Amino acid sequence: MTSIQDYVEVTGENVIDRLRQLARPLRGMKVVHVNSTYVGGGVAEILSKLVPLQKDLGLDVRWEVIRGEEAFFQVTKSFHNALQGIPVQLGDGFFKIYEETGAQNSEELRSILEEANIVIIHDPQPLPLLRSCPNRKGKWIWRCHIDLSHPYRPVWQYLRNYVMEYDASIFSLADFAQPLPHIQYLMPPSIDPLSEKNMDLTPEEVQATKLQFGLDPDRLIMLQVSRFDRFKDPLGVIKSYRLVRSFARSLQLVLAGGEATDDPEGAAVLAEVRNEAGGDKDIHVLLLPPDAHVTINALQRGADLVVQKSLKEGFGLTVTEALWKGKPVIGGDAGGIRLQIVNHHTGFLVKTPEGAALRARYLLRHPDKALEMGRIAKELVRQNFLLTRNLQEYLSILVALVYGDQERIELQLKSAP
Amino acid sequence: MSTKANREPFFVKDCALVTIATGQKAQNLKEMREHLHNIHLGSIYHHFWGGLLRPRFDEPEYNNDFAEWVHHALQDNILAERLSVIDPDPFVNLESLRQELLEAIDQRLDEIGTLTWANPDMQFHFVRAQMVVFDTRGKIEEPEELVEAVSKMSVGSIFYHFIDARRRSPEMMDDFRAWLRSCGHEDLCSQVAAVDPYFGSLEELRTQLTNLFAHYFRRVSG
Repeated sequence: MTSIQDYVEVTGENVIDRLRQLARPLRGMKVVHVNSTYVGGGVAEILSKLVPLQKDLGLDVRWEVIRGEEAFFQVTKSFHNALQGIPVQLGDGFFKIYEETGAQNSEELRSILEEANIVIIHDPQPLPLLRSCPNRKGKWIWRCHIDLSHPYRPVWQYLRNYVMEYDASIFSLADFAQPLPHIQYLMPPSIDPLSEKNMDLTPEEVQATKLQFGLDPDRLIMLQVSRFDRFKDPLGVIKSYRLVRSFARSLQLVLAGGEATDDPEGAAVLAEVRNEAGGDKDIHVLLLPPDAHVTINALQRGADLVVQKSLKEGFGLTVTEALWKGKPVIGGDAGGIRLQIVNHHTGFLVKTPEGAALRARYLLRHPDKALEMGRIAKELVRQNFLLTRNLQEYLSILVALVYGDQERIELQLKSAP
Repeated sequence: MSTKANREPFFVKDCALVTIATGQKAQNLKEMREHLHNIHLGSIYHHFWGGLLRPRFDEPEYNNDFAEWVHHALQDNILAERLSVIDPDPFVNLESLRQELLEAIDQRLDEIGTLTWANPDMQFHFVRAQMVVFDTRGKIEEPEELVEAVSKMSVGSIFYHFIDARRRSPEMMDDFRAWLRSCGHEDLCSQVAAVDPYFGSLEELRTQLTNLFAHYFRRVSG
């Protein structure tokens, strides 16, 4: 297991020293993270890295996952879509299923949650747990990873009643913040530079992965890595690829994604994508297992063009991953992608498949420019979106919650609050 | 000149910002004015100075978030230029800076006939920050040590000691000048006072201060 000391090489000793100082007043504090899946999707991935490091810094951290039937995840997927602005049909039993599953989970988790000093609830699935913990001692934070800038109102009004009872919220961007009666912190997520998905690979390993999936290593590769989700616009990516291909005949497209246990729509979208790809042998639709981290790493490193043409995006960790590998990214002008793609510096923001095609042609035509953009992209991630930075922000928020709403919190080397 | 025995060393600190959404947003100039009138002063500070701690890849077109937004979201370059030229450093407090902003916006509202609306996803979000301050264990005993110490400081340390200090000190003085004054280097203080903290990056400030200290102490010792 990685320890905090392992990150010195990437970030320098000062950063690690800061983390230790921040963690000092929080040592021994019981912190519980709750979400709805151990595998698949960005949240589970971040928690799998963050929780061990928080432990290593001396916090008493647990990661709990709520359980639910298929019907519950259908409901929460509808909520997810609605919070990202899609009007959804709310079935009669939707709220009942949501509330009952919350109550069932609270039976199992209540004692842990009520004893905790800090409870961090990720996304809407476990939101109702707070109401089932009347004897809670600590502060409860709702960490929203979703693009909540223009939610479908009926669903947000329902969920907001739960959120309002929390002590604080955390959003990835200011655009996602909502009128709420408590403090709202802003914190983008991050990637782990030492993980299998982001560690350095040899050219031979990259080559082997291309061959493993039937890609021609001598031809150009355009790549999008994401779950099979309509918000990721995989059909738009296929359209872009077809437009670029008329100028770059050797282009191959890879759409690589996994399945998340809390996303019941994935299979339907995957079928749509395969149907759209039709008989084109140069479109490679890869359904990867949740632990295919090295494969994704190799595909990103081996790609000539990286696309993330999302229509809505909480943050877009696949963008961060590609930037870290020195690849400029052509991304949808949405949500957290805007934080990462500094237009014309670390990639291009686009609104249409045509826009993506235009920028792809530009990058293919100007490899020197692409190389320079990739260098800046990696530096952007080093400064802003590595796990150590995320950990620092988490700890800062916990310290701020402990110290209250002072403008300036002075941490002393030896004293705890 | 004071001696080492009777003065405090310079303790090097560092800082991190916890960013907080105020929940207030503006889609046109009138909304901007209404929110500015009441917004937490920390938000005005953040939108003038917080950009220094964000990554930059080229020279910013405008020097504060208000001017940037007016240019990009409202395409009002006349107001963007007027807002951009407001230098926050000489203002005695943030309230008077707020009044200056309101004055510029009121003048523009008098001039324009109709309001321009920003795209819904280009609204101005008022943000503020809490600062967490760290002790780096770094300690400077002699003024001459500033040359090497400043060159190695993080941008967070530069922000804390050179910019944030002006809010902490009743005389609006940065920490370097306050300490150098206690060491009896009044002439160096006036040179540090001439360094413009606003138009440039924190990395540039660090280099400028390092060069200034190096030049001064070379001259003094030579």
